[in-house]
Amino acid sequence: MRRYSGWLVGLLLVVVAIVTTMVTGTALAQDEQPSDDEVNAIAKRLYCPVCENVPLDVCPTQACKQWRDTIRGQLAQGWSQEQIEQYFVSQYGDRVLATPPVTGLNWLVYLLPPVAFIAGAVILAGVVRSWRQPPVSAIESISEPADDPYLERVEEELRRRG
Amino acid sequence: MIEGIGYAALVLSFVLALYGAGAAAYGARRGRPQLIESARRAMLLSWPMISVAALAIIALLVGGRYDIAYVAKVTSNAMPPYLKVTALWGGQGGSLVFWSWLLAAFASAVGLRKWDRDRDLLPWVIVVSMVTLAFFLSLVVFVENPFSRIWLTPEGGQITAFFRPEGARAVAPPDGQGLNPLLRHPGMIIHPPLLYLGFVAFVIPYAFAMAALVVGRSDDRWIRVTRRWTLVAWLFLALGLILGGRWAYDVLGWGGYWGWDPVEIAAFMPWLAGTAFLHSVMVQEKKGMLKHWNMLLIILTYSLVLFGTFLTRSGVLSSVHAFAQSAIGPMFFAFIGISFIGSLWLLLKRWDDLRGVNQIDSMVSREALFLLNNFLFIMILAVLFLGVIFPLASELFTGQTVTVGPEWYERITGPLFAGLLLLMGVAPLSAYGSSSWRALRKQLWLPVAISLVVPATLLITGMRSAAALLGYWLAALVAVVTLYEFWRGASARRRRHGERFPVALVRLAGRNRRRYGGYVIHLGVVLMAFGIIGIEIFQTETQGTLGRGDQLTLGRYVMVYEGLTRFNTPDGRDISRAEVSVFKDGRSVGKLFPRQDFYLAQNQPMTIPGVRSTLEEDFYVLLVGWEPIGQDGATFKVYHNPLVNFVWLGGTVFILGTLVAAWPEREPEPLRRRAHAQALPAGD
Repeated sequence: MRRYSGWLVGLLLVVVAIVTTMVTGTALAQDEQPSDDEVNAIAKRLYCPVCENVPLDVCPTQACKQWRDTIRGQLAQGWSQEQIEQYFVSQYGDRVLATPPVTGLNWLVYLLPPVAFIAGAVILAGVVRSWRQPPVSAIESISEPADDPYLERVEEELRRRG
Repeated sequence: MIEGIGYAALVLSFVLALYGAGAAAYGARRGRPQLIESARRAMLLSWPMISVAALAIIALLVGGRYDIAYVAKVTSNAMPPYLKVTALWGGQGGSLVFWSWLLAAFASAVGLRKWDRDRDLLPWVIVVSMVTLAFFLSLVVFVENPFSRIWLTPEGGQITAFFRPEGARAVAPPDGQGLNPLLRHPGMIIHPPLLYLGFVAFVIPYAFAMAALVVGRSDDRWIRVTRRWTLVAWLFLALGLILGGRWAYDVLGWGGYWGWDPVEIAAFMPWLAGTAFLHSVMVQEKKGMLKHWNMLLIILTYSLVLFGTFLTRSGVLSSVHAFAQSAIGPMFFAFIGISFIGSLWLLLKRWDDLRGVNQIDSMVSREALFLLNNFLFIMILAVLFLGVIFPLASELFTGQTVTVGPEWYERITGPLFAGLLLLMGVAPLSAYGSSSWRALRKQLWLPVAISLVVPATLLITGMRSAAALLGYWLAALVAVVTLYEFWRGASARRRRHGERFPVALVRLAGRNRRRYGGYVIHLGVVLMAFGIIGIEIFQTETQGTLGRGDQLTLGRYVMVYEGLTRFNTPDGRDISRAEVSVFKDGRSVGKLFPRQDFYLAQNQPMTIPGVRSTLEEDFYVLLVGWEPIGQDGATFKVYHNPLVNFVWLGGTVFILGTLVAAWPEREPEPLRRRAHAQALPAGD
């Protein structure tokens, strides 16, 4: 039973968190007008398809102003940040989000940097290790017999035929 | 008439560039010095020829020849003459001519240097620079001709062509569209030439590197010859980036200086590769190591220069910077591909000749730390490259466009930049060869202890951001180590020569400009890091709609809205200018006038902030909107940007350091004159 108590506490916490979010959402819904800062906090993470690379909270165009008004209206109705973002994604596609959603091909954009870092570090370590060994002189490497028994057999075979 | 002369000059320059490349290659292969000399002269002639074309464009721009499509696009009657001149690089065709003009200037300067020791390299340096020049000229000769006129076809359509199409008649609009308003700022007038200078100058070390590969020279002569060129390229690129940041801060109205826009990154990438190169060539010069790697780095830098120009010029990305859109993309793409693969092929051909004595005796030796530095630079470069091309790849393969915004870049590159700062603090204390951990620890403990005072003080005074504390500690470490290096060097000089400390300091830097210039650059980076951490982590903002006399509070600042005036200017702007009084800790600190300029012809608004600037912080006010006349309300977005001015201060120190490092070493005057006289070929 003790094993499950941790889980139960965790579950309870999640439930509490969800309820709290819902309550705060409702509280906001009762407020008549969300502030500019609340609108901007969400707009900051959105990009309109026309003004590329200009976040919505600072874009001076009329179209972007209308988007911000939409967000204000949605906030007033008690929408959460996720709901608002989802609304714009459904209307205009994934490009409105500040970072690519973690789906499909977009995985690459999150996976490649760490993979490249690890691969690069491994290559670098390999290179440095090979450079740390004292240089083996060319004559030595030729005169040294091969350690591999298979290679030795091949050598012997070649000598016999030659 | 003028357009005819200009276009003829362009075509002739193109032919000259092709001839120069061909004659130099043939002359070198067949051992004909006269042909190589002829190619050199063709290279020298290309610059005055392109100057004629550039002057022709300027004459057309200033003369208001709106029958020329380029003139009609980038100028208008309302623009002042100096803007008409700088409109040379305000659009596609003109920019490309300007790029070619700068490249020809650099190539000519190289052509005039003394070649005695490097005669064998000369023809191939000509080939590489002239092929690059011919490529850029081909874009304007065949695709983006800045001298094309506007024609009305018999069917009533409007087309652009240099030669008159059958049955068409020329049209001359009474006024032009005018330069993109965003480009009218002084920062933006000077920013593109600086970036182009940086881009173009990197062609020279690349040309020498390729020449060394072709003739099979495996020494580091090409690096020594082009060291100053590389530094000059790097200097201009850094200047361009810093001024670009300043321009964004002053004009774009989003409270920051760096938005991780793909075109900003396009200019940053060659700088990163160039920085890695500048560090790793020192290892080759000192230890004969990394010969392959340095070749790879300069090839990469050159390719990134082309890639950067491609991104800006082809319109493949549409962003705040990509003003020009055109069909030249495929040509660029092909040229980048061919030159990249060709260079790699050359490198592979000479791979065995370039085998050096690659040996690392200790993991904390200077060369090992330089390798780590290069690794981090290349990692940052790879991340930025991924971020730039991913949206394009996504669109190509899935049809879905995505945005890779600042958050992604900052989260991934942040730790890498921190790693670079750490190296910057440790590496100056390490030695080449067999440096031991114990020796390094002995050197390092005191600077580490002193630098820890900074985060400790910040922690006590209430700073709780772990990232900021770490960043400030690293920056402090670099500062302490760098200053200690200056102190150590100057003290040694003082003991040996009995000089006073300031004299010893100046002479020390003068004797080893590269090292101490580099350290000054590191100090510039420290200052910039202070500013960047300040604004990135501690920037606060608020927004509010105020009636006249209402106030908005942000931290210790209070802003009171006093009123709004609207007026038109003769250059076609409808300006709405707000007046606000600013108070800090209850004390008046002056008035600010944030405004919005609406460019009527282009139907484009521009938000110009009102900024109260002190060394410790900026109070940055944007006029976001205002109510129709009568209601008197206005909306403001206000930022508190702590330490942002350290970014500009650090940038200035950075540039000064680069100047110290790049400044020519003093030679005895008569000797230099004699050497110069010998260098000039007879008859020139």
